[in-house]
Amino acid sequence: MAELKDKIIEKYTSTENLNNGEPVEIKHIRDKAKEYFRTFGFPNRKMEDWKFFDSKPIITNDFKLVTEKQEIEKSVLNNFLIQDLKANLIVLINGEYSKENSQIITERKNLFIGSLKEGMKTKPYILGKYFAKYADYNADGFTALNTAFAPDGAFIYIPKGNLLKDPVIILNILDSRKSKVLGQPRNIIIAEANSDVHIIEEYYSIGENDVFSNVVTEIHTDENANVQYYKIQNEEANAFHVGTTQVFQERNSIFTSITLSWGGSVTRNNLNSYMNSEGIECNFKGLYFLTGKQHVDNHTLADHANPNCNSNELYKGILADESNGVFNGKIMVRQDAQKTNAYQMNKNILLSDTASINSKPQLEIFADDVKCSHGATTGQIDKEQLFYLKARGIGEKEGKKLLIFAFANEIIEDIEVPELKEYLVNRLNEKLEKL
Amino acid sequence: MLQIKNLKATIDGKEILKGINLEVKAGEVHAIMGPNGSGKSTLASVLSGKPGYEVTGGEVIFEGKNLLDFSPEDRAREGIFLAFQYPVEIPGVSTTNFMKTSLNEIRKYRGLEPISSVEFLKLMKAKAKLVELDMAMTSRAVNVGFSGGEKKRNEIFQLAMMEPKLSVLDETDSGLDIDALRIVSEGVNKVRNSKNAFVVITHYQRLLNYIVPDYVHVLSDGQIVTSGGKELAYKLEEMGYDWVTNND
Repeated sequence: MAELKDKIIEKYTSTENLNNGEPVEIKHIRDKAKEYFRTFGFPNRKMEDWKFFDSKPIITNDFKLVTEKQEIEKSVLNNFLIQDLKANLIVLINGEYSKENSQIITERKNLFIGSLKEGMKTKPYILGKYFAKYADYNADGFTALNTAFAPDGAFIYIPKGNLLKDPVIILNILDSRKSKVLGQPRNIIIAEANSDVHIIEEYYSIGENDVFSNVVTEIHTDENANVQYYKIQNEEANAFHVGTTQVFQERNSIFTSITLSWGGSVTRNNLNSYMNSEGIECNFKGLYFLTGKQHVDNHTLADHANPNCNSNELYKGILADESNGVFNGKIMVRQDAQKTNAYQMNKNILLSDTASINSKPQLEIFADDVKCSHGATTGQIDKEQLFYLKARGIGEKEGKKLLIFAFANEIIEDIEVPELKEYLVNRLNEKLEKL
Repeated sequence: MLQIKNLKATIDGKEILKGINLEVKAGEVHAIMGPNGSGKSTLASVLSGKPGYEVTGGEVIFEGKNLLDFSPEDRAREGIFLAFQYPVEIPGVSTTNFMKTSLNEIRKYRGLEPISSVEFLKLMKAKAKLVELDMAMTSRAVNVGFSGGEKKRNEIFQLAMMEPKLSVLDETDSGLDIDALRIVSEGVNKVRNSKNAFVVITHYQRLLNYIVPDYVHVLSDGQIVTSGGKELAYKLEEMGYDWVTNND
């Protein structure tokens, strides 16, 4: 069986003009990314950053590279919508924008919420400036692959001073009812100075065949902007997911993310923020709740390049059955980054003897006047707590549900979009019910 | 209500209870006193079904049923309540949520529908008032950041909410100042009636000034060495435990 890499190279050698109408600088970038991918291919486990990630089921799989444009029945789509949430909805099916299913409700001068393809036409200057500016395609083959060939994605451009009350949802659905699918959305989010936006990036899949999402999201958070970013993975058990979210923060900006990984078979999340100026706040929260043989690998980097910035990170994991998780979080404090406050914590509960976690909190400090801490804990459900609940008539199952919920809720409870919070609480309870 | 017959129990192979006999009837308050290490807390743990203790002999009959056959949760559902010596902190779970889950689990066991939110809130308010618990406490995580007195008061609040038949208070007075002791005791006295019963485990006589027992039993080295009325407690206070332990 030909490896995915060869198949991709072969397929795309002849299709030079994959993205008609793109600015020339983007075409150059795509060519360079293609070259990187041709030379290095996918990362392997000999590389430190990919040590615990088994990409074999992905790279030996014969995903169909280009599918004919697909639409999805409203009845199917409805299953993936967050009840009662008034929001801008960008629907991407197998990585491509579905105009029929999307609904943009915020319309303002210069503001753009829609597809990357459309953005190339209406805002070529902006995309030419920001496309692949932050996500380094020389870092790994997955990013290179996306950079070279991503056909479409979401493009969100919030001009100066715009405060969006209604969130923007990027709803990704991978539909493998006809064949195996590779979806490669490229999302670009630009929040200009003094703007405020909530972005909800969701992943679902339907169909019997394997699916693979290879995603890159780039977020520019300009001066004094406030971006809240939620990434929610709820794919089926035949789904593979590799996603990189690269954030760039300017002076006094706030970036807050919550990464929730509940579905999928093999998942890799890279989340990096580069603090390019002073007075920045960067918050990373994450929750992974794994059952069966699921694997989720979270890599984060809070990159303090300048003084007087704060970063806070808390990732929590619940691992049942034979699941395996990886947390690899790095705080980088560069030489100029005096007066940095950086905290990082990873906590895990193992619900079975066969579940496992590889937790690697890392701290690299090159400045001398900083406050940093990091740590990791892994344990089981607290027996004293469980007995206390039992002594009040609460059975083993209910008691465990209550304790796990409380553990997980620390990540969810601060979500500022109430409909989203309620939706996630319900999902969490559903998952707990199945334990 | 409760008959304990020649109860023997070990922990890690070491025998702690060496044949306890005790009968508690509805409407009664029994105090169990004794020096450290006499087995007082072990008795409370064994009655509540705490893991780690092995019953090696004897039996415990509660309302005609063999209590030792029940899981800890079923004992609670049958009407046994243990007020913990060291109440456990449960981050992320509010007392409200805790009590609602508890009541509904008990109701399910008894074949009843879940309690409505309105009814539950009414009940909470009434019971909080009864034990002088600030309602604001109930929205906080169970025992997290509570003072010693607040934790014990929260135990008595839970007791009032659950309306058990038999309550075992395990050194509820330990670590309490005199005000907290009074409030906790008054709570117990308000809940006390002719249909329920209390086993009050304590090291010191002072608690019994507030919760007046019908019977006092002295536990020493895993056995009840002497029993009597409340005057026995005064005698112990005066003469110390040596008086009893030297008797045998």
